[in-house]
Amino acid sequence: MIVRPTPLLEVNALKKHYPLNKGLFGGDKGAVYALDGVSFTLDKGETLSIVGESGCGKSTLGKTILRLVDPTDGEVFLDGERIDNLPASKLRDMRRRVQVVFQDPFSSLNPRQKVRDIIAEPIVNFGLAKGSELTDRIAALMDKVRLPRDAMNRFPHEFSGGQRQRIGIARALAPGSDLIVCDEAVSALDVSVKAQIVNLLSDLQDELGLALLFISHDLAIVEHLTHRVAVMYLGKIVEIADRRTLFGSPHHPYTRALLSAVPVPNPDPLLRKRRVILKGDVPSPINPPSGCRFHTRCPFVMDRCRSEEPMLRPVEGNVRQMSACHLDGVPEHG
Amino acid sequence: MSSWLFSGYAAAPDLPDVLPPRKARGKVAMFVHRYPTIVIGGVLLGLILAIAVLAPLLWTVDPTAIAPSKRTRAPSELYWFGTDMLGRDIYSRVLYGTRVSLTVGFAVAGVSSAIGLLIGLCAGFVRILDAVVMRIMDGLMSIPSILLAIALMALIGASVQNVVIAISVAEIPRVARLVRGVVLSLREQAYVEAAIASGTRVPNIIWRHILPNTLAPLIVQATFICASAMLAEATLSFIGAGTPPNIPSWGNIMAEGRALWQVKPFIVFFPAIFLSLTVLAVNLLGDGLRDALDPRLAKRI
Repeated sequence: MIVRPTPLLEVNALKKHYPLNKGLFGGDKGAVYALDGVSFTLDKGETLSIVGESGCGKSTLGKTILRLVDPTDGEVFLDGERIDNLPASKLRDMRRRVQVVFQDPFSSLNPRQKVRDIIAEPIVNFGLAKGSELTDRIAALMDKVRLPRDAMNRFPHEFSGGQRQRIGIARALAPGSDLIVCDEAVSALDVSVKAQIVNLLSDLQDELGLALLFISHDLAIVEHLTHRVAVMYLGKIVEIADRRTLFGSPHHPYTRALLSAVPVPNPDPLLRKRRVILKGDVPSPINPPSGCRFHTRCPFVMDRCRSEEPMLRPVEGNVRQMSACHLDGVPEHG
Repeated sequence: MSSWLFSGYAAAPDLPDVLPPRKARGKVAMFVHRYPTIVIGGVLLGLILAIAVLAPLLWTVDPTAIAPSKRTRAPSELYWFGTDMLGRDIYSRVLYGTRVSLTVGFAVAGVSSAIGLLIGLCAGFVRILDAVVMRIMDGLMSIPSILLAIALMALIGASVQNVVIAISVAEIPRVARLVRGVVLSLREQAYVEAAIASGTRVPNIIWRHILPNTLAPLIVQATFICASAMLAEATLSFIGAGTPPNIPSWGNIMAEGRALWQVKPFIVFFPAIFLSLTVLAVNLLGDGLRDALDPRLAKRI
């Protein structure tokens, strides 16, 4: 048995159900199953990307780990210490170590705060620096994210989208965090700026040993940046593997469909026939399908899929690739 | 080769102007050009404010001095706005009445904004309070505000202070609703979530992130409340439930001139003109502020 060091972040069977509005006279109307038993680990200095269609629970996962919403069930460990059930008063240490960069660089910065105050907020909150030391620290952070120092006394609306995202990253780095949740952090930027921010993130990761939880729907960016990928479908992880395995030999039919939906610069007419095109829409997370949640759209559906829910298991004995599918081996597309 | 670099001819000679040069606007001119309503409303309101403050110096006489022999005189050189049924000088009464209207307008705007802000913030942040407090506010709003004010005035007696209280009570629910709505939408903003994630405590979140972003709509609402409070004061005084008769106010003057309006219309006319102009000034100011403070146009500021 291989003894592995404690992962930085361990998520165990995490669930988040949003109860639907109960009527005036009670009556349970069910819930939205935004997260329904998600488990993974993330090591120090590693990037794990969470990919999936919109509405699959990616962002809820990030918010639950950040404790912006409370989980319904399950466990989250940070460095072996359980953080999902901490009372609000004891969250501060965890807040210092886990930070967030949001998607929209226009709504994630308070329009009435100066850049200096935005970046200073976490430092002051955790009492990490004061006075001139604080100013030095802010200046150092601005150097790190490659913003000019004289930007300190300006307001967010004076910056472009990419620069604003840099301010957001500086804020996330400010308290000396170990893990940054990037919730679609580059999705709202245009292509050239996107590349700059992604490169900045990976440089910072090398420099500071950050772990990144990179939530995205952009597979091209993910392939460029990540170490491991988890694919989510309707509140569950259907496949999790390291980058090369997932992009090279995906196992789960949903992963294969996602990958074949990525636009390629020079489509080979022969390969085009092998594109997997899914029929129908994502089922409602209010009433998820029985058995395998993907069975309503899966091209390889069997009777077993409709009744029995597949568990995440290693593919062909490879523990670096886990897939939740009843099929043995990588299915050939017919 | 290098000589031209230092010879002073490095720059091209000036080209003749194709278009006549535009006059650069000064900062004041820019502001006037951009926000004409703020300027007009502000100047008008400033004039009225000056009248209120300087009333004793503006050739007025004692507004309560009765002279039965000189009653209901038409406007003339001696009595600029004429005299009323008791021979009191309407010019003096209207100018002194400005004080009551402005006091009531500003006091109601201040009091109801402050209390409404507090209630709205609490309701927006504390789930349990929200339902209870907002239902009370709904209840208050379901009573026509002028009826509510009349009832309160009947209960607590006539004085300028009580007029302020009565109108404020009727206006508070409107502010509270506005603030609660703004707070609820601000709470969902990504920067508030980011602040929570970076360990900001709730009082600081309200102080740093919520409050500054509530002020713009609140200021705009306050100007409209100011205008409607002035109208409410005049209405209350007009029906005899507002400012006591010994203090001249526009509503009082109009109420007293009401019986004679067909034969001596000037008694009602002059206070009415002042009231309309004041309300117009405040509304213009509020309209301009709404445009200037709109966050979607924030980039222009």
